[in-house]
Amino acid sequence: MSTVDIHSDGNAGDNGHHHDPHLAHHFETADQQYTSGKLGMWTFLGTEVLMFGGLFCAYAVYRHNHPEVFEYAHQYLDRKLGAINTIILITSSLTMAWGVRAAQMGNRKLLVPLLALTILGGAGFMGIKSIEYTTKWKEHIFIGSGNKFYADKGETDGKAITELEEEAFHLKEPEVAAVPVMKVEPDAIDPNAGTPDAATIKPPNITPAGLASEGVKHPAESHLVYKELNKQDRHRVYTFFAVYFFMTGLHGVHVLVGMALIAWIMVRAMKNEFGPTYFTPVDLVGLYWHLVDLIWIFLFPLLYLIH
Amino acid sequence: MSIPVHSTETQSTSHAGDGAVHPHIVSPAVLLGVYGVLVVLTIATVAVTSVDLDKFHLGKLNILVALSIAVVKAACVVLWFMHLRYDSPFNAVVFITALFFVAVFLGFAMMDTGEYKPNDEPPGTRIMVTSQNGG
Repeated sequence: MSTVDIHSDGNAGDNGHHHDPHLAHHFETADQQYTSGKLGMWTFLGTEVLMFGGLFCAYAVYRHNHPEVFEYAHQYLDRKLGAINTIILITSSLTMAWGVRAAQMGNRKLLVPLLALTILGGAGFMGIKSIEYTTKWKEHIFIGSGNKFYADKGETDGKAITELEEEAFHLKEPEVAAVPVMKVEPDAIDPNAGTPDAATIKPPNITPAGLASEGVKHPAESHLVYKELNKQDRHRVYTFFAVYFFMTGLHGVHVLVGMALIAWIMVRAMKNEFGPTYFTPVDLVGLYWHLVDLIWIFLFPLLYLIH
Repeated sequence: MSIPVHSTETQSTSHAGDGAVHPHIVSPAVLLGVYGVLVVLTIATVAVTSVDLDKFHLGKLNILVALSIAVVKAACVVLWFMHLRYDSPFNAVVFITALFFVAVFLGFAMMDTGEYKPNDEPPGTRIMVTSQNGG
């Protein structure tokens, strides 16, 4: 507690200086400073878990009460893009964890590119997320009054929404099995083809379709359509999107913050500030980045993979 | 408070008590192994969703499987990528406490939400009814 000098002398052998420049005066040793920093970070991550816990609770209560709403509305999300984003985020977690290893070993030549790759992963994630959000915006299933289901209020018989379903659920793709099931199919082929919206919405929906050659058959049979929902549930569809945008939005903000923090760490790494005796910032930013990954690991199946 | 914890637990491997930082460095094999598990489980969770497990009348099996996979993935990230396995157990206590209170929050909310009569009236209907009665 009181013998600061003795311990800082003990550190002198590590870097040849008489006083470790990174050791704050209120810590006895570099190790105490490091473990305290980690404890503080884990406490912060605990509060993050609690914050997201509130949203997960809202999700759980709402899904428990209105399972059909979730089963219906989640079909508008592109699970292939969600899966790709999951892989991207997991990969960026790997590069981050490896970056911490590189920092611990004092390998700057490895640390800087690994951090750059991690930022790239975050950028890729946000890029795909923005494609998803843009698609939602164009399909008018955004938040508030930008949401078709909110505006509809169940008043109409859902003709506009049936057209939306054709686009979003790929019902127009040539599927022999699907045609007899969907009675609305023949009516809607013409109006959609001419719409200017149809052309703009298509690309993001169609690109990943190649991956799902086997998956296309199954969902086509089991697609829950708007008309099958009872009237009360039709009113509630927009609330799924409120949950979706709030949860993924808050998560997206965390990705952006994480990217900024990693950029800051990368600049410091380029100045050769980290090494085997001092790498705490890399470690702590890494913990933050992994938590962002952790939350997405739960968001992905809960929002995209509802069965 | 944390001094006895870290000096006895995390530093037990080597150089105990010299004050310098001696972190556990995770080996590339472990990092790649964890990554491989995470990727395989991601593919598995997507694949499982396209199968209707409820065909076998096992209730909400699909979401249970999806969440179980997510928990295993999360455990992999926390234990190895986040070093919690090698850390002072005090960090784990902090994290598990947060998870515990989320579980309490969720648990009580879910207990409560089953206790109400379902609201079958569309939003807006009630307001109209009361305004009619009032006027």
